[in-house]
Amino acid sequence: MAEVYRLRSDPEHTAPALPLAEYQSGGTAVRLEAGDDARLLVPHLGTLRRIDIAFPKFREGRGYSSARILREAGFTGEIRAVGVLYVDQLMFLTRAGFDAVLPETPIDPAVAERTLARFPNVYMKAADSLQPIWALREQSNA
Amino acid sequence: MYRYDEYDQAIVDARVAEFRDQVERRLKNEISEEAFKPLRLMNGLYLQLHAYMLRVAIPYGTVDSRQMRMLAHIARRYDRGYGHFTTRQNIQYNWMKLEEMPDLLADLASVEMHAFQTSGNCIRNISSDQFAAAAADEIADPRPYAELLRQWSTLHPEFSFLPRKFKIAVTGSTIDRAAIKLHDIGLELVQNDAGEIGLKVLVGGGMGRTPMLGHVIRKYLPVADYLSYMEAILRVYNRHGRRDNIYKARIKILVNDLGAAEFARQVEEEWALVKPLGLDPPPSELARIAAHFAPPVLDANAPVEIDQSNPDFANWVTVNTHPHKAPGYAIVTISLKAPGEIPGDASADQMDIIADLAQRYAGDEIRVTHAQNLVLPHVRRADLFDLWQVLVSAGLATANLDRASDIISCPGLDYCTLANARSIPIAQKLAVKLAPQEADLGELKIKVSGCINGCGHHHAGHIGILGVDRKGEENYQLLLGGSGAEDATLAKILGPGFDENGIVAAVEKVIDRYKTLRADPAERFLDTYRRVGAEPFKEAVYG
Ligand code: HEM
Ligand code: SF4
Repeated sequence: MAEVYRLRSDPEHTAPALPLAEYQSGGTAVRLEAGDDARLLVPHLGTLRRIDIAFPKFREGRGYSSARILREAGFTGEIRAVGVLYVDQLMFLTRAGFDAVLPETPIDPAVAERTLARFPNVYMKAADSLQPIWALREQSNA
Repeated sequence: MYRYDEYDQAIVDARVAEFRDQVERRLKNEISEEAFKPLRLMNGLYLQLHAYMLRVAIPYGTVDSRQMRMLAHIARRYDRGYGHFTTRQNIQYNWMKLEEMPDLLADLASVEMHAFQTSGNCIRNISSDQFAAAAADEIADPRPYAELLRQWSTLHPEFSFLPRKFKIAVTGSTIDRAAIKLHDIGLELVQNDAGEIGLKVLVGGGMGRTPMLGHVIRKYLPVADYLSYMEAILRVYNRHGRRDNIYKARIKILVNDLGAAEFARQVEEEWALVKPLGLDPPPSELARIAAHFAPPVLDANAPVEIDQSNPDFANWVTVNTHPHKAPGYAIVTISLKAPGEIPGDASADQMDIIADLAQRYAGDEIRVTHAQNLVLPHVRRADLFDLWQVLVSAGLATANLDRASDIISCPGLDYCTLANARSIPIAQKLAVKLAPQEADLGELKIKVSGCINGCGHHHAGHIGILGVDRKGEENYQLLLGGSGAEDATLAKILGPGFDENGIVAAVEKVIDRYKTLRADPAERFLDTYRRVGAEPFKEAVYG
């Protein structure tokens, strides 16, 4: 594994992430496998500080829904994408609610920055704070 | 027609810059082909048997003359002077060079076009009715709803790594020209008792190796909420669709395994959670988009009666035009199926001519049909003769719409890496053989695929042909009785397969038997088949 690429400024929460099956109330870090139901964590979001979500294959996409569900439920801690991930997926990941990535191959921060700045606006609301283009259009007409 | 504003343009321009960056990194070997493959696929670039193939999106099948001229330019500048219109209302170019792709995409962006999501496990090009805004039978133009879906699905953060590709079709009419029952999601505009427009939602249709017809999971969805409802469907699918086997990964398998009622329940449950998140744009956004699709100003006094003394012209008018909402107008279909030619192919010169005709006679609009033809939606009947003469001189006046030689065919083994057999030569041979008697046969839809993936819609063919591999030899199965229209059914295999000459002969035997069986000359092949069943045809073919 390469280094973790983080978009948060708070200190890294380094506790090992337990698998969901071993997780007990009060634990601060947990790991969701791709097929785990993120909604099971909703009662624990107040105590959790980091949730890792596994991407065992490039084609894997369930983690995007898991992250969004956790953000919709109000989770503000770190959500870390772990596995087969490339810099070109960063925009999808951050918009779905991830704010850290632990990829198998390292992410070049310069390329990452360029990638994240690429699209000036977005068409749909998601887990980040970006306003969709329809809202911007609405405002410019108001 | 929809026009980009600065927001739309900026996204497409950014996409070009992004792909330029990615191609450069690939050419410098900074990324592996393995990492690059999904990136190029998200831009519609496949590696085929002989070269790269690019699929350009034609959202809901609508282009204007400027865009059609650009498609011609791309055919000349980057390909060998041709483009291939597909059953998903897109266009494909078969001879692409990787290093030229960024410039090509920049050319497309200059006319508000792109190749976003024309491949990969994401929400693909939204398809629609090629007669939108012109057909007398529609409730409303479906394209504004399709355009809003296009925007919503473009670079969707949650739904760009679905279990499998995802295809949505929208129609505004009960006459189904968009095959909505054969899509992952089919949407039909409907009205409630108060006369308000809503959407009927079908889920779980598809072709491929396990063909299925979609199920209605909601009879009436208010348009104000339809994007959040789509989010709910896609989320249930993204989380629960199978990922262990790509042949079982389409939403149809999930819907079938859960049952449509249980799937619908899960969607409603998810929808209740996501609807309050404010995912739906205000009605003004749909209204803004709809304003772009206002039809051209039509002349209420345009004459209806026209001189049809030229018999070839009169025949073309009968076969290739449909009634328009406005009496003095017609909807013209330009056949890309001249017998012996490659179905769906158009040369750059032909594209330019069609662009000129659209500008001069058709409100500057052209539509691509899922049957791989082109449509000029708003033509004054009084202009039909002049238009037809230009088509004749361009080799585009074939009068065979929905007839035996109007064959859908996938690229097959001539281009496709997944193919088991050639499909284009079968379509060509059949078209040449059947054209002389097609007037007598009436509506007859023949569809050819080169493998089980079914890109040629063979499951929906009145007569379907499927190429398979039989001990290393090309072999063709014959299917009968399919339909992709409002009376959708899936075709059934008749019996053992044939070689290339055998399949052509078998189709001829089926047709000869139909002629003796039909109740009257107006009974379509499909209706005869439905009435008498497969047995008489089996007997005709296998003796
Ligand atoms: C030449 C490169 C192509 C490749 C590699 C390819 C690949 C595939 C595959 C793998 C499937 C099966 C998907 C599934 O069942 O999950 C499929 C289905 C399909 N493709 Fe293609 N295809 C190609 C060209 C085309 C063309 C040229 C068209 C249009 C003429 C087309 C339209 C379709 C349609 C309509 C389906 C079936 C509908 C459905 O998705 O259920 N494809 N394609
Ligand atoms: S049906 Fe098969 S052969 Fe034809 S284009 Fe699709 S994948 Fe290729």
